[in-house]
Amino acid sequence: MNNVFAIRKYIIAGIFGIACIAFVFRLFYMQVLNDQYKLDASNETFRHITQYPPRGCIKDRNGKLLVTNEAAYDLMVIPNQVKDFDTNSFCSDLGITKTDFITGIRKAVQLNTNAHASVFMKEVTPEIYAAFEEKMYKYRGFYSEVRTVRNYPLKIAPHLLGYLGEVSKELCERNPKYREGDYVGMSGIEESYEDALGGKKGVKITVVDAMNKEVGDYKNGKYDTLPNPGENLTCSLDATLQAYGEKLMQNKAGSIVAIDPSTGEVLALVSYPEYDPNLLVGNIRAKNYGKLVMDSIDIPLFNRALMAAYPPGSTFKPIEALIGQQEGVLTLNTSYSCPGAFRLGNISIACDAAHGTLQLEPAIAKSCNTYFCNVFMSMMNNRQYSTTEEAFEVWRKYVMSFGLGTRLDIDLPSALRGNVPSVDYYNRFFGKGHWKGSTVVSLGIGQGEMLLTPLQLANEAAIIANRGFYYTPHVIKSIGDKNITLKKYTTRHYIPIEPKYFDVVVEGMSEVVDEGTAAASKIPGVVMCGKTGTAQNPNGRNNSLFIAFAPMDNPKIAICVVIERGGWGAEWAAPLASLMVEKYLTDTIKRPEIEKRMLDGNTLQYLAQEKNAPKHTKHKK
Amino acid sequence: MNDRRVSIVPYIDWFTIGVYFFLVMVGWFNIYSAVYNPAHPGLFDFSQRYGKQFIWLTTAFVMAFLIMLTEASFFSVFAYLLYGIIVFSLLAVRFVGKDIAGSHSWFRIGSVGIQPAELGAFAINLGLAKYLSNENIKMTKMAVRLKAIALIVTPILFILLENETGVAITYTSFIFVMYREGLSGNILLVGFLTIVLFILALVGSKIVLSCILLGIALAALFLFTRRKRKDITKVGGALALGLLIVWGTDFAYKHLEAHQRKRIDVFLGSNVNKNKEGYNLNQAEIAIGSGGAWGKGYLQGTQTKLNYVPAHATDFIFCTLCEEWGFVGAAFIVLLYLTLLVRIIFLAERQRSAFSRIYGYGVASLFFIHIAVNVGMTQGLIPVIGIPLPFMSYGGSSLWSFTLLLFIFLRLDANRMQILK
Repeated sequence: MNNVFAIRKYIIAGIFGIACIAFVFRLFYMQVLNDQYKLDASNETFRHITQYPPRGCIKDRNGKLLVTNEAAYDLMVIPNQVKDFDTNSFCSDLGITKTDFITGIRKAVQLNTNAHASVFMKEVTPEIYAAFEEKMYKYRGFYSEVRTVRNYPLKIAPHLLGYLGEVSKELCERNPKYREGDYVGMSGIEESYEDALGGKKGVKITVVDAMNKEVGDYKNGKYDTLPNPGENLTCSLDATLQAYGEKLMQNKAGSIVAIDPSTGEVLALVSYPEYDPNLLVGNIRAKNYGKLVMDSIDIPLFNRALMAAYPPGSTFKPIEALIGQQEGVLTLNTSYSCPGAFRLGNISIACDAAHGTLQLEPAIAKSCNTYFCNVFMSMMNNRQYSTTEEAFEVWRKYVMSFGLGTRLDIDLPSALRGNVPSVDYYNRFFGKGHWKGSTVVSLGIGQGEMLLTPLQLANEAAIIANRGFYYTPHVIKSIGDKNITLKKYTTRHYIPIEPKYFDVVVEGMSEVVDEGTAAASKIPGVVMCGKTGTAQNPNGRNNSLFIAFAPMDNPKIAICVVIERGGWGAEWAAPLASLMVEKYLTDTIKRPEIEKRMLDGNTLQYLAQEKNAPKHTKHKK
Repeated sequence: MNDRRVSIVPYIDWFTIGVYFFLVMVGWFNIYSAVYNPAHPGLFDFSQRYGKQFIWLTTAFVMAFLIMLTEASFFSVFAYLLYGIIVFSLLAVRFVGKDIAGSHSWFRIGSVGIQPAELGAFAINLGLAKYLSNENIKMTKMAVRLKAIALIVTPILFILLENETGVAITYTSFIFVMYREGLSGNILLVGFLTIVLFILALVGSKIVLSCILLGIALAALFLFTRRKRKDITKVGGALALGLLIVWGTDFAYKHLEAHQRKRIDVFLGSNVNKNKEGYNLNQAEIAIGSGGAWGKGYLQGTQTKLNYVPAHATDFIFCTLCEEWGFVGAAFIVLLYLTLLVRIIFLAERQRSAFSRIYGYGVASLFFIHIAVNVGMTQGLIPVIGIPLPFMSYGGSSLWSFTLLLFIFLRLDANRMQILK
């Protein structure tokens, strides 16, 4: 019929065939060769939801909860899945401004690109979240992750417990365990025990539909992993004592460190002014943190107990007495006469009074500057050593063996070393051979270039309490169910001074409280040994210091109190320390008038008065 | 006509019916998977689309059976009448039709919607077969061409008025029928080159394109002709047409509707936001690609079932197939379609009657363009045009009209031993 056109059936069939083969090739490319589609599909359909483990709680030595957890919701966003929606209602639901919204999205894109989940808003409170969740289906690309935030029921010990902060970019890169936006311990116990407290994150894979609605678990949770909760910690702190210490410190600047000398456990660690730890939690954290950092007058984030270095003043004299005896230049009966000042050449160091001729024990009790300047000179001029430099080096080694001028290996970050000046230092300062014992004699009474931290001074008290050894101070008692048996916290560090030399020092220190400089701080029924310190403060009024331990036999507590600008050691530090000791040992305060004077006292006023004076920079981080 | 009753059963092409039945059943199970609702797991739950599709396919089978009982001559005798009725209803739907999804093209009778546009192809096929099977017809005559084109274009105009551009585009497939019946192959070529030029002009530089055309024209003139006046006119005319297409592209593009422009943009991949206008295609490609070589398994698809792919039971049903059955399943279905097309051509060629042959070619061409456009658009090879995949997409009227087309041809084929007038 149409024979001319017979070939056309092949052409038409050929066109159909070529088209279908092209489709098959395209299918082969899309389904077999190309993996991007599979990736895209799993990215948009499977949502990997991080299961944050609850962080471990922290308890005090008696089981009182210091740090617990509260639920909070992180609002996550995957920018390239966000579709048009009513931003106005979105913002008002969350209580944010439009600018917050725009910067939030922009930040998410910058951090994790368009295709990955980022935190859009951190720690939405349960109240706001409950209302928002119902409308979430309208906001494609958004979803929530539950996590916990810290809560501090007792509101105490902010410096010791530390706070959480967002993990740094460097740490994220170094440790794949962390993801941008995670929280880690940034200071205190939270930082040093991050690994134990942090636990292990889990992941839950859910399937979401195109409306951003979760429709179920992927393969019934076969590929999910459960989070491992963080371990609970028991720290050595005595919450009652700590709270009492913080109460006593109100309107003062300074710190209290109390140690159990028989174990090295820290019982209280107060740094004042302080802040309510609940301020650095949740989505109010950033704002409050900024405020605390900017406070250059109170510097509340600064942990004075570990980082502030003060001249120890007379609290250093017991160490002088011990080194002198061990070196053989001082005995119980060594006597010097005090005319009211130590004079040598053109040097003159005043004493509180003309103590007359006195021996070692009363010299400690009365804190005689003349006596201890003489002791220091006798050490510097010791004929055993050919030069002053050599004698000084020996003296310095003894001092350092007390942990002074070294970084005590406490389990808290950022403890500082203080400073015990070296031979090199003076050689540089005065020139080699241009200084001698008398040049640096003020070291003998804890002045001069020597700077020590409250922790070091408390440890000094513990060493004297133990008559010659110490355990490295630490704040941890147990992790989970396991007691801490770390060698570094169970090893006695002995001082190269024979125990017999301690007797006279302990006697002298008990006299300090009994009838000496701190007689007003005597505790009824408790024999406390202490030593006052009134240290010159280059920035203003003298610092008031006191170190002590009690009872005299089998001591249970060693303590150091520093009150900046407090004046005499006996004026603030000694009574305050005595109240702490009384509280810890007897659980009751039988001297309400002293307690009242401490609570009402305000030494911050002196700082305010000095504000016009040149700014001190010593305490800056 | 001979009144002697002869059983047609031995002459029915059971192979084609087998392929048809297989495709319809695959389509039904596929729809079940695409819209699977765990609360209504029953395959025959009539509140769900898979339940309804069961009704559509049963009625389609009944219709197929009834067609087989009809006298074959009925269709050629009443071809023009049926053509007229359907074209009239296309016009009528303008005035009594209901709006569904932007198309003003549905009659509503009770809860059932009927879209006469689906029957337009059937009408054209009948009318065209009737006209071209006239003994005095020669495709080389301009008058014949124009009349044939008028038969095709009249329903297209009405359908365009109803905003069913996609349906109208499928009618261009009749060019294959006309080609088979004697239309110059050059017209096919010109049509193909027009599309290529249009796309190139949209993506490329028009000046470069014009220079290339000029170069080709000059080369053709000097290499393949003797540069007589006739040759110069021909080449010059072709060049002018080419340049007109290239420089007219923008004009045409601008006069498209916004959503059509967007679909072309998406197809060309220019300035496309994957979350907005590019969303459908992107999701369709993800669904297909994520199926992998062996597929995710029946009822295991995520991209389609979780509504990422729009219209995943109707126009984008192919995505569901690809996702769950993978390359193996999808390629099998594509090749099965090809088998069906080739089979219909084979059947058409064995007809003694020109009417049956032309009708058969019309069926093959319509099936082809639906398959090619639908499969091509889900793969991103063709701009998105909303037309159903034969026998697989959910919906009564498309299944019915494809069944109608095919079974009338099978009825004609069963009657091939008798010559129809």
